Amino acid sequence: MIGALVAGITGSGGASLSSYESIATATGTGSSDTITFSAIPSTFKHLQIRGIARSAGVSTSLTNLLLRFNSDTGTNYVFHYLLGNGSAASATGFTTQTSIQMREGLIRASMLANTNTVYVIDILDYGSTTKNKTTRTLAGIEENDTNTASRINITSGLWMNTSAVTSISLVSASGNLDSTTTFALYGIKEA
Amino acid sequence: MPAGATYEPIATSTLGSAGTITFSSISGSYTDLRIVLVGTASGNTFALRFNGDSGTNYSYTQMNGNGSAVASSRVSNNSLIYGWTSGTTNPAMCSFDIFSYAGSTNKTVLVVGSRDNVATGSVARVVNLWRNTAAITSIVVSANGGNMDSGTTATLYGIKAA
Repeated sequence: MIGALVAGITGSGGASLSSYESIATATGTGSSDTITFSAIPSTFKHLQIRGIARSAGVSTSLTNLLLRFNSDTGTNYVFHYLLGNGSAASATGFTTQTSIQMREGLIRASMLANTNTVYVIDILDYGSTTKNKTTRTLAGIEENDTNTASRINITSGLWMNTSAVTSISLVSASGNLDSTTTFALYGIKEA
Repeated sequence: MPAGATYEPIATSTLGSAGTITFSSISGSYTDLRIVLVGTASGNTFALRFNGDSGTNYSYTQMNGNGSAVASSRVSNNSLIYGWTSGTTNPAMCSFDIFSYAGSTNKTVLVVGSRDNVATGSVARVVNLWRNTAAITSIVVSANGGNMDSGTTATLYGIKAA
């Protein structure tokens, strides 16, 4: 059977999965390097951020996207990542950092036009008041090798703080987040 | 902060015989799309095409581990969205996250691929780009442009932001 056709998709059919809920969406302005989700409710088990991003910084090299919780800029973060650059895979880790960094991924203004880096960031058990907070991120930028800057990245992060996460900041390490940048925060419920 | 159901199954198709799967007339009412694909295709690579575009307007970068080594490679000016290697007997899995599919920028896709057999297997993460700013309204799921095996199933989900 060639081309089993599923036609007439309207998006209005099908049961909804109510354990995964949209909380908020934020868009870059071009005049700030930071997007913050604040007053995050504690009614979920895990959080997920999905989004596309681009730095307005004028450069043909990638920069980093930083992740911070509850406005904490102390050296309370750890991260490790596995990175593929199209020719080799490598692994690196950092301790006593001031943020979790999604490294070598954020596209900047002088690179391939109309193109964004994409992110899926999971923040696990964010409401716990007894455990440090662990994150995982899958991120990628593909630009048809225009600047030898295509990357696929898996990052694990740790915030060494047992407070519940009530705010999350996403920060461009270089340049403001442009108007094509959009992050959406979702909550995942437990039974 | 508004809350509401945001992760919805749009359509599912399971092949009754060797073939491809087409999702068409996709509305623009979601933020992102996700395709979850499970099946076999004689070891060929699972792949997508958008809006019937078979031109060389795609590219990808991947990294993978096969149980003994890690590697990364990439291809420019490809003719489809590259998933990951299918199985021959045991089903392999690919998920495709299609970001801002109705937006006005080029379309980027993240792939998670998993394939295991008794003595061989691999895991992969892939980033793809479709250099086109049009909204995606149709998707063909295939094995490198050709047929997948009978029993292969794909579900299209919509993810809607607040």
